[in-house]
Amino acid sequence: MRVLAVLGALVSHWRRQPVELVTLLVGLMVATALWSGVQALNAEAKTSYARAASVLAGDRLSSVTAPGGARIDLADFAALRRAGWDVSPILEGDIRMGTGGLRVIGIEPLTLPAEAETYQVGAGADRLQAFLEPAGLGLVSEATRLRLEGAEGLPPLATSADLPPDTMIVDIGLAERLLDAPDVISRLVIAQVPGPLPDGLAGRLEVRGPQTSGDLERLTDSFHLNLTAFGFLSFVVGLFIVYAAIGLAFEQRKPMLRTLRAIGVSARLLTAVMLAELAALALIAGLAGVTVGYAIAASLLPDVAASLRGLYGARVPGTLSLAPSWWAAGLGMSLVGALAAGGASLWRAWRLPLLATAQPQAWLGAQRRALRWQGAASILLALGALAAFVAGGGLAAGFALMGSVLIAAALALPGVLAAILAFGERRARGPLTVWAWADGRQQLSGLSLALMALLIALSVNVGVGTMVDSFRRTFIGWLDQRLASEVYLTGRDAAEAEALVAWLDARPDVTARLPIWSAQTRLGGWPAEVYGFQDHPTYRDNWPMLAVLPDGWDRVAAGEAALVSEQLARRADLAPGDALDIPTPEGVWRVTVAGIYSDYGNPAGQAMVGIDALTDRWPDVERLRFALRTDPANAQSLIGDLRAEFALEADQVIDQSAIKDFSRRIFERTFTVTIALNALTLTVAGIALFTSLLTLSNARIAQLAPLWAMGVPRRRLAFIEMGRTLMLAAFTALLALPLGLLVAWVLTAVINVEAFGWRLPIFVFPVQWAILVGLALLTAFTAALWPVIRLGRATPVTLLRSFGNER
Amino acid sequence: MNGKLLICLSLLLPTPVLAQGFAGLGTEAEGFAPVTAPAEFVFPRDHGAHPGHRIEWWYLTAALEGADGRDYGVQWTLFRQASRPPSDATGWDSGQVWMGHAGLTTPEQHFYAERFARGDVGQAGVIAAPFEAWIDDWAMTGAATAGDALADITVTAQGDEFSYALRATTDLAPVPQGDGGFSVKSESEQASYYYSQPFYSVSGVLTVEGVEVPVTGTGWLDREWSSQPLAEDQAGWDWFSLHLEDGARVMAFSLRDTDGGAFVSGTWITAAGEATPLSGEDILLTPRHVSDVAGRRVPTAWRVEIPSRGLSVDTEPVNAQSWMGTIFPYWEGPIRLSGSHAGRGYLEMTGY
Repeated sequence: MRVLAVLGALVSHWRRQPVELVTLLVGLMVATALWSGVQALNAEAKTSYARAASVLAGDRLSSVTAPGGARIDLADFAALRRAGWDVSPILEGDIRMGTGGLRVIGIEPLTLPAEAETYQVGAGADRLQAFLEPAGLGLVSEATRLRLEGAEGLPPLATSADLPPDTMIVDIGLAERLLDAPDVISRLVIAQVPGPLPDGLAGRLEVRGPQTSGDLERLTDSFHLNLTAFGFLSFVVGLFIVYAAIGLAFEQRKPMLRTLRAIGVSARLLTAVMLAELAALALIAGLAGVTVGYAIAASLLPDVAASLRGLYGARVPGTLSLAPSWWAAGLGMSLVGALAAGGASLWRAWRLPLLATAQPQAWLGAQRRALRWQGAASILLALGALAAFVAGGGLAAGFALMGSVLIAAALALPGVLAAILAFGERRARGPLTVWAWADGRQQLSGLSLALMALLIALSVNVGVGTMVDSFRRTFIGWLDQRLASEVYLTGRDAAEAEALVAWLDARPDVTARLPIWSAQTRLGGWPAEVYGFQDHPTYRDNWPMLAVLPDGWDRVAAGEAALVSEQLARRADLAPGDALDIPTPEGVWRVTVAGIYSDYGNPAGQAMVGIDALTDRWPDVERLRFALRTDPANAQSLIGDLRAEFALEADQVIDQSAIKDFSRRIFERTFTVTIALNALTLTVAGIALFTSLLTLSNARIAQLAPLWAMGVPRRRLAFIEMGRTLMLAAFTALLALPLGLLVAWVLTAVINVEAFGWRLPIFVFPVQWAILVGLALLTAFTAALWPVIRLGRATPVTLLRSFGNER
Repeated sequence: MNGKLLICLSLLLPTPVLAQGFAGLGTEAEGFAPVTAPAEFVFPRDHGAHPGHRIEWWYLTAALEGADGRDYGVQWTLFRQASRPPSDATGWDSGQVWMGHAGLTTPEQHFYAERFARGDVGQAGVIAAPFEAWIDDWAMTGAATAGDALADITVTAQGDEFSYALRATTDLAPVPQGDGGFSVKSESEQASYYYSQPFYSVSGVLTVEGVEVPVTGTGWLDREWSSQPLAEDQAGWDWFSLHLEDGARVMAFSLRDTDGGAFVSGTWITAAGEATPLSGEDILLTPRHVSDVAGRRVPTAWRVEIPSRGLSVDTEPVNAQSWMGTIFPYWEGPIRLSGSHAGRGYLEMTGY
C-alpha cells in the first residue's frame, strides 16, 4: 500500500506538469526512434546479405572455381566426380528481364549437398517434378514473382521464402538455355574437400573455403558503420533531452521528496519507486520510439536499398521484415538510455539530505570543479584523438578519432564559454550589465549539456554538409571526365554486337567505336574488374588520372602495363612502377602499374588494360559494350537510327547525359539518408536546448526575483534572458564552424579513405555556414521563447514566493 | 542420403513407388522401345546402354572367402533409368538418371552406399568397348584384350566405411537367360532382355573400416534391360544365383503377385555354359525361416528344389541382416548352400 501511496504522490507531479512529461517522453522516444530506425535499416540489409551468402549454403560449402572468374568446362565436373570429389555444379548469370536484371542460378538437385537444399524445391511433390522437367520451374521470392508476372521467356514460377530478391533458382539444364551457356559451369560446390585437386585440374581450378561473410558484407560494411555512427550520435543527443527533463523533474519534486522522507518513507523505497516510475516511462516511450523508428526506417529503406543496389549491386528488398529481437533491442535501448540519463537524479534521491542549508555561492565552487574536471577530460580525449590518428589504421580508428574530437570539443565548450562570459563581465559597464554577464556564467551549468548537444549537432552538420557538397562537386567534374563518349551501346548477344559493329563501321559520323569489355577476377584478395580499352585520345585526354608514368599510356596500349583505380591502389598498396599480378584463365599475368585514376563510388577494385591484352587472356570475354564518339549534336540522330535499325531496347543504347543523370541519382540517394539523419539530429539538439531552458526557467525565478524586487521590469529581465540565450547559441555556433571543418577533414581524409578507398578534395561553402549559424540562432530563439514568455508573465506572487522558499 | 532426394528420385518415376510394382517397374511404358522376341544379342554392343528402353542394369554379385575361410559378399550395381521417352535432348536434359549401389557383407556387418547422377555429362555412363561402366569414382572396367569384352573386368567402389577393388575373369561366353535372352516376367507377357556372365573367378581386396582383407571367390554379372519388366500387380521378387561346387550355375526367381500368387522361372547352366530354361513347374522355392530385418519380416533362409535336376538345397544367409537401406530398399547378400549340392550363391529379395 505504502508503495502505491508513494507512487501516487510522485506521479501527481506529472499531472501538474504535463509539458515536462511530454518532453521527457518525446526525448526518450526520439532517441529510441533514431537508434532503432538505423538499426532496422542495417538489420534489413544484413539479413539480405546473409540470405544472399547462404543461398545454396555458400556460407557452409567450399567451392571450386576457375581463376579469373572464367567458367568451368562441364568435362571438369565429370573429372572431379570421377576423382571422388562430391562436387555439385552451379551455373549462374544475369539476364535482362522487364525492369531490371534477374540473377539465374542453375542447380543440379541429384548431386547438390544436403546443406544447400534451402531452396525448398521439396516443398511439394508436384513442384519437384516440375522443377526437373524440361519446361522447368523457377523459384523466386514472392516480390520477385509479382515483378516477373507475365514476363516472356521464363519458366512457370513458384515462390520460396528464403530467396533474395531478383534471384531465380532453376534446374541447371534450364539455366544453360536461359543463359545461353551450354556445357559450362560457373562454380562447383562441395561439402567436404577430400584433399588437393587431382593432377591435371590443379592448374586450371582452385578451391575456396566457405565464405562466412560474403564479399557483399565486406564491401558494404563501411556504409553500415556510417549509418550506425549517425544512429548512435542521434541517440546520445536524444539522451541530453531526457537528462534535462529528468533533472528538471527532480529539482521540482525535491520539496516533495523531502516531505516524503520526513514522514518516514525510507530512501530505499523512495529510490525503488522512482526507478519503477522511470522504467515505466522508458517502456512507454520506448514502445512509441520503436514504432516511430520503424516508420523512419520504412520511409528511408527504399533510398537505402536503391543506393546499396547502385553502389554495390546488393539486392535488398524495399520492405522491412523485422525480427522480434529488434523490437526488444529498441525497448532495451530506451531503458538503458533512461537509466543513464536518470541515474544522477536517482543517486541524488538516494542520498537526499533531509534538511538542506542554503548555499548561495556554492554553485560557483561546484562549477569551477566541474569545469576543471571537464577541461582535463577534454585534453585527455584530444590526446586520445591524436593517438588514434597517429597510430590509426582502419575504419574503427577513424570513428574513434571523430568521436574523440567531438566529445573533447563538447567537454571544452563550457570552459570556453565561461571564459568568454568572464571576459565580458570584466569589460562590462553598469551594474545590470555586469549582473547579466555574471548570471550567464551561473546559468551555464544548467545549459552546458544542451549547448554541448547543439555544438555536436552543428559541427556534424557542417562536417557532413561540407563532405557531401565537396563530393557532389568532385563527382560531377569526375563524371564529365569519365563519360567522355557521346553514346554507349550494348548488344543483346554476340551476334547482335557483331551486326552493330558492321553497321557502325559504315557510318562516317561515328568517329570512334571504343570497346568496353570487362572480366571479373580477384586482385589482392578483393573482387575486381579488369577492363580492356582501345588506345584513343578519348582516354588520354580525359581520363581522371591521379598519377601516371611518363610513358604510361603507351605501355598500357602495348599490353605490358595496367592502370589501376585509386581504391585498388590503396588496398593493395600500389604506386606507379609497381608490379601487379592479375589472375586470368590463362594463368597469372604480371603487369606494371602505369598509373592510378580516381574511380569514385566503386566498391570493387578496377584495373584497365589494353583491349588486345584482355581478349588474349580472357578469350571468352563478352564483347557486347561499346562507347561511340560522334559530334555531340549528332548523338540523338545516331541513337534514333540505331534504335530504328536494330529495334534496340531502351537501356541498350544510352546517351552520355542519361548515364550522368543515372549516376547522379544514385549519388543523391546515397546521401539522402545521411542528410535526413543530419536534420533529425539538429532537431533533437533543438529539443534538448528547449528542455534545458525550461528546466532553468523555474530555477531561475530565485535569481531573478531580487532584481525584480529592486525595480527591474519583468519585460526587461525577459529581454536579457533571451539575449543571453541567443548569445550563448551564437558563440556555440561559431565554435562549431572550425570543429565542423575538422569533422569534414576527418570524414574525407580519414573515414572516407578507410571506408571507400578514395580521398576527396575539401571545398568550403561559407553560405552554408551562414545558414547554419542562422539556423542555430533560430533554434535557440524558438527554444527560449516559451520559457522567456513564461518568465515575462510570471506573477508577482510567483516571484515573491521565491523569497519564502529560500533554498 | 537425405529425404528430399528420396522424393526427388521417386518423382523421376511417373507414379508412386510400391503402388504399382517395386520401384515403379510395373508402370506403363508408352514411348519407350518395346521388348520383343527374339533377343538376338550382339556383343560388345549390348554390353553398352540401351537408352531407348526405360530401365537397365549392370549387376555384379560375388560370393567371396577370406584366407581364414570367413565368408564375404560384394555387390556392384549401376542402374539406368530414363525419366522420359527418348528424345534428341542431350546434356543435363537427356532424361537419363543413373543410380549406383555398392554393398559389402561380412558375417557380422553389412555396408552399403548409393550414388546418383543424371544426364549425359560424363558423371556416369556406360561404354560398350573397351568396356567401362561408371558413376563418380565407382567403375567396372573391361581389360580383356581378346574374347568377350566382359571376360576380364576390374570393379571398384567405396562407401564411408568400406571399399573394394576386385578383378573378375572367365574363359566362358555370356549366357542368355529365358528364351535366348528374352526373359518373360509374368503370365501377361511382361518381359526383359536378359543375359548373364555367371562364371567369374574373383580375387581382390576388401577394405572394411580401414582393415584390408584379401579375398577370392566366384562372381555373377547380370545384364538386363526392359521398358516394363513387371506386371502392375507384381509387388516384388526373390532372385537366386547359385554357384554349385561341380561348376554348374542356377538362376531362379519368383515374382510375387499382390494377391499371393507368384510367377516362377529360372535357368540351368552347365559348367560348360549351356543354358536350359526352367519353368515354374520345375522350380520349388520355399521359405524356411523369417527374420526381422530393418523392421520388416523377410524370409532369409530358403529351400530351393529342382527335382528334374536332382537339386534340393537349403540356403543360409552369411548375414541375415544384409539390408540395402537405399532409396528403394531391398535385401541382398551372399548365401551358403547345403543338401544335394554344396556351393555358394547370392540372394536378392525386393518388395518386403
